[in-house]
Amino acid sequence: MSDLRLGVLCSLIRKDEKLLFEALRARELAFDRIDDRELVLWLGADDAMPRYDAILERCINHSRALHTLDILNRHGIATVNNAEVGRICGDKLITTDCLVTAGVPTPRVAVAYTPESALQAIESMGYPVVMKPAVGSWGRLIARVNDRAAAEALLEHKQVLGSYHHSTYYIQEFIEKPGRDIRTFVVGDEVIAGIYRTSEHWITNTARGATTSNCPVTDAMRDISVRAAKAVGGGIVAIDLLEGPDGLLVNEVNYTMEFKNSVAVTGVAIHEKVVDHFVRVARGEVAWRAEVTS
Amino acid sequence: MANAECPICSAEVAFEADTEVGEIVECEECGAELEVKSLEPPTLGEAPDEEEDWGE
Repeated sequence: MSDLRLGVLCSLIRKDEKLLFEALRARELAFDRIDDRELVLWLGADDAMPRYDAILERCINHSRALHTLDILNRHGIATVNNAEVGRICGDKLITTDCLVTAGVPTPRVAVAYTPESALQAIESMGYPVVMKPAVGSWGRLIARVNDRAAAEALLEHKQVLGSYHHSTYYIQEFIEKPGRDIRTFVVGDEVIAGIYRTSEHWITNTARGATTSNCPVTDAMRDISVRAAKAVGGGIVAIDLLEGPDGLLVNEVNYTMEFKNSVAVTGVAIHEKVVDHFVRVARGEVAWRAEVTS
Repeated sequence: MANAECPICSAEVAFEADTEVGEIVECEECGAELEVKSLEPPTLGEAPDEEEDWGE
């Protein structure tokens, strides 16, 4: 039995977490499950902080993950991923800004704060465009805007019905893709696997019904994926790639990646790779506060 | 393998050997999404509704 003090921050247990638990137990690594629904963190009280060599973040709520990682990191507790990676990847606006700053190809994005300026940006970009909430996942509330009438309606709905963060308008160039996108899984500096996500719908999230199949990772996929991972601070991330007419583009980066549908199709034990990295961080063999490249 | 009662329709829901507390399971009888609250005794509750910041 190892003397490492390991924690897994989570709440609901998906198949992904079950696979991770299985991998930890198979190595006889003891770990605590830290349920964010029961967690109380006394700010400013160093001795009240949970003491671990490393904590693996697997929250389903972005806000809880972000705040907890931030507090833990400030108290010197290593986490996978770290708070900065969560902050960048949890907000598409910041993700895109980091990608662009690092010179990683990504669809063109404009950000605006009022319906009027957003409409102006949409018209300048040209139809169709894609509008997404800056914070969100699983393809929820993503809209393809084909013309001015749709843009006006959507902007009004967002303004009237949405909570305040739906009034930060993230406007992305629409990329015509071949009925699929690509997801690669990056652990540290290594691209460990890739999948195609195929759907007749323009939204190709598996949460929205896309099917998965193995995607042999090419050199181009490997290169752009590693660059994207470094641009957001490294760690363990899933990169969503679009096959544009001029080459690969990074669409989004996910920091609490789901992989349950990808283990069988790729033949790669992704959960084992995640645990390998986590243990290396806990042992101090891998830095957990990577610098964001630009 | 133990059984728990579905809090919605009272049907019996089987726990597998590797069932975890916090896991989401589905009642085959009524289709409800349920959360495993306890293994001993086997207890289920209604799964929480999806929240805006859920995801990956």
